[in-house]
Order: sequence, then C-alpha cells, then structure tokens
Amino acid sequence: MTGDATLLELKELDKSFGGLRVIADLDMVVKEHEIVSVIGPNGAGKTTLFNLITGIYRPDSGEIQLDGRNLVGMAPHKITELGIARTFQTLRLFLNMTVKENVMAAQYGHTKVGVLRSMVRTPGARREEKEIHRLAEEKLGFFGDRLMGYRWDQFAYSLSYANRRRLEIARAMATQARILLLDEPAAGMNPRETHEITELIGKLRDDGGYTILVIEHDMHVVEGISDRVVALDHGVKIAEGSFEAVATDPRVVEAYLGLRKTETK
Amino acid sequence: MEQPPDTPRIGVDEWVASVEGKRERYTGPRGAVLKRWERLPPAARVLVFATPAAVFPFLTSGGNLFRYGLFTLVYALLALGLNIVVGFAGLLDLGYVAFFGCGAYMYAILASPQFGNHWQAEAAIPVVVVFTAVVGLLVGLPSRRLLGDYLAILTLFFGQAFVVFVNNANRISFPFVGHADLTGGANGIANIDPFNFFGYRIDSTRKQYYLLLIAVALVLILLMFVNESRTGRAWRALREDPLAAEVMSIPVNRLKLLAFVFGAAVAGLTGAIYGTIATAALPGDYDVGLLITVYAIMILGGFGSIMGIVVGAMIVNNIPKLLHSSANARPLFYGTILLAILVKLRPWRLLAAELGGLVAFGFAIHGIASAAYPRLVDGESIGSGVSARALDHWMLFPKNPVKIADVAYILLVAAIVVYPQLSRVWRAVLLPPLLYLVMFVWENLLLVHIGGATRLILLGAMLVALMNIRPQGLFGTATVEIA
Repeated sequence: MTGDATLLELKELDKSFGGLRVIADLDMVVKEHEIVSVIGPNGAGKTTLFNLITGIYRPDSGEIQLDGRNLVGMAPHKITELGIARTFQTLRLFLNMTVKENVMAAQYGHTKVGVLRSMVRTPGARREEKEIHRLAEEKLGFFGDRLMGYRWDQFAYSLSYANRRRLEIARAMATQARILLLDEPAAGMNPRETHEITELIGKLRDDGGYTILVIEHDMHVVEGISDRVVALDHGVKIAEGSFEAVATDPRVVEAYLGLRKTETK
Repeated sequence: MEQPPDTPRIGVDEWVASVEGKRERYTGPRGAVLKRWERLPPAARVLVFATPAAVFPFLTSGGNLFRYGLFTLVYALLALGLNIVVGFAGLLDLGYVAFFGCGAYMYAILASPQFGNHWQAEAAIPVVVVFTAVVGLLVGLPSRRLLGDYLAILTLFFGQAFVVFVNNANRISFPFVGHADLTGGANGIANIDPFNFFGYRIDSTRKQYYLLLIAVALVLILLMFVNESRTGRAWRALREDPLAAEVMSIPVNRLKLLAFVFGAAVAGLTGAIYGTIATAALPGDYDVGLLITVYAIMILGGFGSIMGIVVGAMIVNNIPKLLHSSANARPLFYGTILLAILVKLRPWRLLAAELGGLVAFGFAIHGIASAAYPRLVDGESIGSGVSARALDHWMLFPKNPVKIADVAYILLVAAIVVYPQLSRVWRAVLLPPLLYLVMFVWENLLLVHIGGATRLILLGAMLVALMNIRPQGLFGTATVEIA
C-alpha cells in the first residue's frame, strides 16, 4: 500500500529552548501514502516536531526536506502551500467564521485572484470563487453528514468538540496539502468518536490519498492506523518500527512507565 | 460529494441533526425581514440606502444638506476605510485619521494657491489616493509584526506625529529650493479648489453631495465584494487567529500591509473630498477628536459590518446636530428612553405598570409640592402647545431651577450608578421615581441650557445605553472570544 518514494525527510534535526534540548539529532522519513504515528510521553517533543516541520519554529541545525527540497527558513504559509498542513492539539479554528468559511479561508495559498480583481468580480474571479466553494463542499463532505447542509452556515464556535476536530482536519485538507500533520486528533473524544476518527484517518489515506503523520496518545488509535510508529523521549528517537515492535520495546516501556520489567498487552 | 451508500455512517446522531436542522436562525416578523435582507444581492442592498439618499437633496435646504447629508457621507466613507483595517483585519489602527489628513493636505498642495498648482481632479485624485496608500504602506511596514496594544501605540504615535508635522511644516528647508511653506503651519492651507473633472466643476453643495454619494456607493460595493472574496476571508481569518491563518497558507504579514494600504487609500480619497468641501486643510481637523468619532461610528454600527457603518455614521453625525434645537431634542430624548424601556421591560403587564406608576408618581409629587412647597411649581416648561401646558400640571417647574436642578443632576448620576446593582424587585419599584428624576433634570436643566457639553453627554448616554442593549453594535454579529 505504501509507495517507496520518500516524501518527507528530517535530517539531524536539532532544536533547543534556552538550555533545554527539545529535539536532538532526529532523523526521520515519511514515505508517500504512509501513516506514521509519533508517540512519546508528555514533553517528549512531539508538538515541537510539528512546529518545526510547519515552520513555526526554525531548527537550530539540520534539514527538513519535502520531495528533496529543503524547507528550513521558509515562512509557514509557504510550507503549507508546498504541501504540508496541520491541525492543532489545542484547536485553533476561526471561531467567528462559519464552518464553510473556515474551509474556504484555508484555500488562500493555492488560489490566485488578487484583491483588485475580486473587487470588480471579473469572470476569472467568479470562476475561482465557485471552485473554492466546490472544493470546500467536497472536503466537508469527507466527514459524512457531520459537517454538511445547515452546518455550513453555522459559526465554528457553535460546533461540538468532536466536530471542531473534524473541521480542523477539513481545513487542513482544503489547503491542498499532500501531508497532513494531525496533532492528537482523538484527544477529548468519547470511545465511539475515537473509533470514528480511527476509521477516518484510514479513509484519509485510502480515499483522500494523503500521507499522514499523527501524534496520538490513545494506543488503540495508534495500533489501528499506523504503518509505522516512531517513539520519542526527550527529543530523541528511542524506537521505530511496527506498532508491536515499538510497544514492546523496553526503552519505550521505560519512557512511559519508568519500569525495567513489565508485561505489555 | 455524496458518500457511497455502503460505507458505514458511523456515529451519526440523527436526532441531534434533525433537531438542529429545524432550528431557524431567525424567527418571527423580524426574522422574515432579516432573511429577505440577507437574500438581497449586494448591489440591491446599497440601493436600499442610496435611493432615499439620492432624493434627499430635493427635500431639504442647502444648509441642511451640508450639515446632515454631506457630513454623514464624509463620516461614512471615512469609517468604511477604517473598517477594512479594524473591522476586517482586526488591526487596531489609532493613526487612521492621519491618512485622512494626508489626503486633504496632498490635494491642497496639488490644487490650491499655496503652490499655484491647480490640477484637474481626474489627475489629482489618483495621485492623492496612491500617495496616501504609499504612506499607509510605510506606516504598515514597521508595524506589520505588531499586534494589539503595540500596534495601537505605534499608530497613535504616527497620528500625533502627523499633527505636529503639519503644524510645523511651514518652514522646511529643502535642498536647492530653500525654505518652503509646505502645509501653512497652524493656519493650514486655505482656498482649496473645488474638484474639476475635465472642466466640470463640483462647486455646489448639491454636486459635492452627489459626488460623495457615488463614492460611498462605489466603495460600499467594492468592499462587499472583497469581503466575500479570498482576501476578505483571509483578513477575517487573520483577525481570528494569526498563527492558525499563517499555517493555513495565508501570508499574514502581506495581508496586514494590504489592509493598511487599502484603509489608507480610502482615507486619502475621503480627505481629498473633505478638503474641497471645507475649502481648507487645517491641522486641528485631523486630531484625536475625529478619531474618536470615527471609532464611535464603527463600534456603534458593529465591527466589520458594512451596512452598520452607514447607519452608525447617520446616527453619530446627525443626532448631536439635531439636538441643537430643543424642539428636536425633546422627542429624541423621550423617544430613546421609551424605546429602551419598550425593548427591555417584559412582560407587557410590567411595562404598563411601570408607565402607569410613572404617571401616578408625577401627579402625586406635583400634588404634594403644590400644597406644601408652592415654590417648586411656580415656573413653567419651555415650549408652547397643549403638551407643554399639560406637563406643567405633572412635572415640577421651579421658577429658579438652576440650583435644585444641579443637586438633582448629581443625585441622578448617583442613582444611575446604584440602580443596576439593585435586586430585581427594587429595580421595578424604583423605576418610576428614577424616570421622574431623569425627566426633572432634563426639563429643568438640560433642555434649558442645551449647550455643547450637554449634547455630548446625551449622545454618550445614548451610546452607552445602546451598547448595553447590543454590545456587538447595531449590525454586528456577536463574537465569541473563547469557546
């Protein structure tokens, strides 16, 4: 199912805040159409990793390559335009915009019409606007009828927690990204919703054609979706491989539980 | 995009969906009007405002047209520009009025005896607009990384620097030219030419009015289109969450600059038009007072609401002017109070009881006073006619009201501060006496000495009342900060 082409590659990535080394010498590869989970205890540097990849932080050293192109030093919006979009662990929707507008706003990067042309609504501007609407509806349609119909015109703040998570994913999809970085997509969800998210992530890859890098704490989700799991602790990659291999790796167990010998599963 | 029927529709909570689907956003007769309004295309909405405005000059005198019509439109245009920066993009720009001043001065330099330039309007206006847009860009460049308070301070500094500059730029020493009087200093630049479009001079109030009306309608439509475009959405996204916007492929810094530039351009255009109306560019016109007025318009109308701006401009410009005469002031004052009570007091039985209580309270007080303290009722209300004479039998009118009314005024301020803190029952009981006190102060003090300060206090009170009823402004949508 996974291709062999490397899509995202991190080389000897380093990032410190003051004296604290949050990401240390990290090498990582994400292949096309792969679902890679990043796990690790709190403070392991998972979200920092996402912030580095999306350009919110600049690495102290090392390279981040998308299709062989180095992304270090690029503005976040540029990186998103090139094909990496993310969701936030602490949801950051445009709350006072409607559901549909949220998804439409994220299409800024791959649309062209300038402000003067949209002021006079040239035929080109109308065409593009129609296309923006169509794409927004398509992306929202990915979630069954959760975000459809009357919900389009509801403000984002009126959505339930689970729907906000869905909307964040839809918004990231609308940037026309190839890689989705999902930061704890199942956080705060009930078991049924968690199950649904697990299926959704699989569907994102299979039907949507996305490559997915996901941070997740819920091991059922990680087990259900991952082609490969990367475990971080204190910014260092301590294990990598299939879920079974990583989950039984003694260093991972130690990082989570601080015990030397224990039974997993 | 329809889902294929065989995929499991996991977790779909049909009950919630059906209940929420039935929930209408608007209900009742107000909802019917609002729904129809929302269905109108932008051009039609503008027409709803523009048609009465186009007829207005035929219904009124030149003086009224100047006072009410012209200035409302100037304020509306100015606030529309500010709305781009503050309402759409969420950048708190406190130097905005300086761009307005830049426009006026630039036009004055191009078309007045100051330098002997007398440019045609079709050449001067683009130059002025581009010039102020560039100034907007220059102010925006260093501030593009700032947000909130920091941006506000920096732009406020720019606004004040502009005033100082035009006050002192009458003896700048230029290389090769020597001393030049750029802005006329404190005296400003006088005798600005009227607009001259290809030989057609916009030299009467009526012509200026129509020019402004066209400008407002044009800017209104353009802004509506921008608001519904990718740029408009990007601005609003940036207002909501700059970091999320940036990560969602929106170049935040460039869009901030764009907002600054467009706001400045609209302000520059307004400045040029204002220059020809006032026929002079004076440094005092572009100071903090105007800034507050423009912000009041925007806040009243509702941040980011284009139609709200127009209505806000009507209110802020016209109400203080209408209050000049006591014949206008009285219905306005009582109308506002009555409206507030009608909106706020429910159920109807309570409303009727309160109003009945007020009438009874007045007769009781008047009866007691005329029996015990005749000095309190030996004056009479101003104005003539049945209603004024009827009022004499209900309200207290001392012959020499100033002293007691002053005391009552202070009492009233104290009462207004205390009143909202009371429990519901006490508020209901004390409402008639409070209203009576309000009317007493109004009839004996404010109406008699209706000067500048009183008008401003009244306007302020009305605005406070309005903002209490609708914090989001008349046409704004309530925003949620944390949800």
